[in-house]
Amino acid sequence: MSETTMTNADIREAEQNAAPIARPVPFRGGGFVYKPVRIAGPLVFIVLIAIWEFGSDTGWISPLVLPAPSEAWTAFMNLVHSGLLWKHLGASLQRLVIGWTAGTALGIVAGLAIGLFSVARSGLQPLVSALFPVPKIALLPLFIIWFGIDEGSKVATILFGTFFPTVISTYSGVDNVDRTLIRMGQSFGLSWTSIVRKIVIPGAMPAILSGFRISISIAIVLLVAAEMIGAEYGVGAYILMAGSLMATDQLIAGVAILSVLGLIIAWLIGLAEKYFLRWRT
Amino acid sequence: MDLKLDQVSHHYGATNVLDDISLTVKKDEIVCLIGPSGCGKSTLLRFIGGLERPSSGQILQIGEPPAASLNPLTYIFQDFALLPWRTVEGNVSLALEDHKLPKAEQRAIVEDVLRRTNLSDFAKALPRQLSGGMKQRVAIARALSVRPAVMLMDEPLSALDSQTRELLMDDLVDLWTRESFTAVYVTHNLAEAVRLGHRIVVLSRRPGRIREIVEIDMPLAERKDRVHELEVKQHHLWDLMREEARAADRELADV
Ligand SMILES: Nc1ncnc2c1ncn2[C@@H]1O[C@H](COP(=O)(O)OP(=O)(O)OP(=O)(O)O)[C@@H](O)[C@H]1O
Ligand SMILES: [Mg+2]
Repeated sequence: MSETTMTNADIREAEQNAAPIARPVPFRGGGFVYKPVRIAGPLVFIVLIAIWEFGSDTGWISPLVLPAPSEAWTAFMNLVHSGLLWKHLGASLQRLVIGWTAGTALGIVAGLAIGLFSVARSGLQPLVSALFPVPKIALLPLFIIWFGIDEGSKVATILFGTFFPTVISTYSGVDNVDRTLIRMGQSFGLSWTSIVRKIVIPGAMPAILSGFRISISIAIVLLVAAEMIGAEYGVGAYILMAGSLMATDQLIAGVAILSVLGLIIAWLIGLAEKYFLRWRT
Repeated sequence: MDLKLDQVSHHYGATNVLDDISLTVKKDEIVCLIGPSGCGKSTLLRFIGGLERPSSGQILQIGEPPAASLNPLTYIFQDFALLPWRTVEGNVSLALEDHKLPKAEQRAIVEDVLRRTNLSDFAKALPRQLSGGMKQRVAIARALSVRPAVMLMDEPLSALDSQTRELLMDDLVDLWTRESFTAVYVTHNLAEAVRLGHRIVVLSRRPGRIREIVEIDMPLAERKDRVHELEVKQHHLWDLMREEARAADRELADV
């Protein structure tokens, strides 16, 4: 007994004498996880604009090629003071809101129908695949004949443009709802409408909301395109006018308005996601 | 209310899954179903719950379910099947909302089942905040809320670690001792079967046939302290299973 303890102690002592250097194991984890760095986004904008302004001031960027940001800002302020900003922006926002809301609402309804009814799926899925890739702006002349040169055709362009991506994101959302949850609903004798309302739609919500991000960008692109083809007011009309006068400072101001619009909408959708998907991990 | 399975057979396409299963589940009895993987236990349970129909044979309810029962045949799923967007409370009330109960009564039922499953403090929690054991408790509370005549449990403890499983098994035994319920309990775990089953139905490999029905008449509440006496039964079950499990294993490898 004592012998073994002796030997054990000996071994331990020997180990200590050999005394290999103790050091922490090298860390190899980390990375591959998204951690928001709040200032990074704004910083990229600020640095880019600063370089641009600096380049213009030193004459490195010719004003003919690209006006300085400060000039675009002046053009923007002129727009504000003349009161035209609200006219342009108001017209654009109205088209955007009506077209996008109607397009996504109809898209969700059609997507749910395709997701829930085999007949609707077999009947409509090929149609959606056939019409989704058609550039809706190519149909604008037709829309002008059908819905009139004024608001109708522009709203219709946006509506059709947002309808198809919403249909697709909605029915793939429905397809991805956990089948055991639906089985569970049936096993408790829930009615069909309850299952759809309380299980299917909330389950498809993440996909529907990420569809919104895509459809809203498509809506803005189509809005500007439609306004360029024929509109008195609207951000697209303003940009077109600036372009035809070679007023590049106004053109840049107009494009910046669109970018800011895109940023604000992305932020709003982010808020909606936070609210509707707060149950997610 | 009793249940009677009358010569139930089933095939999916060319594969025979179940073959001539006849069995009676009596009121206040827990019947455990064991058998090798793929022998059709879950399928049989879906038939009993009316979620699917067998190719031949039928499942009969004998006698009326108690008048108070809102959903006589009620499931408890292996993966809990909780709605992640509803709180614990909301998940329980989901089962009640289609039954046109007065609001106050509905709230009283929810409170009552949460208390009985020791979940009152977690009423407002979301499933993602709960451990596996807690989630299964919520599923049990939800099942109790509709006052089932028969509970259909498909490996309800399989997704849990062994300590939690032990705790939940105790809970189920307590529950049964206080207010006896009827259950068909599918499991892979022989220890669970001998702790909870009044009768244990051993199925053969696919196509599932009844190989033997083992009765255990020791009261559920005493089993925890008399595990060694149950060991004989458990060994016997294992002997029955071993052969089938081995053959089933090899069958899968051949495919
Ligand atoms: N909907 C289905 N369509 C076709 N085959 C199915 C279907 N459901 C189950 N099966 C097959 O029926 C057999 C029995 O399945 P079941 O899920 O009932 O087995 P189980 O005994 O519950 O197995 P486990 O112990 O692995 O849960 C399996 O071979 C399975 O592949
Ligand atoms: Mg199974």
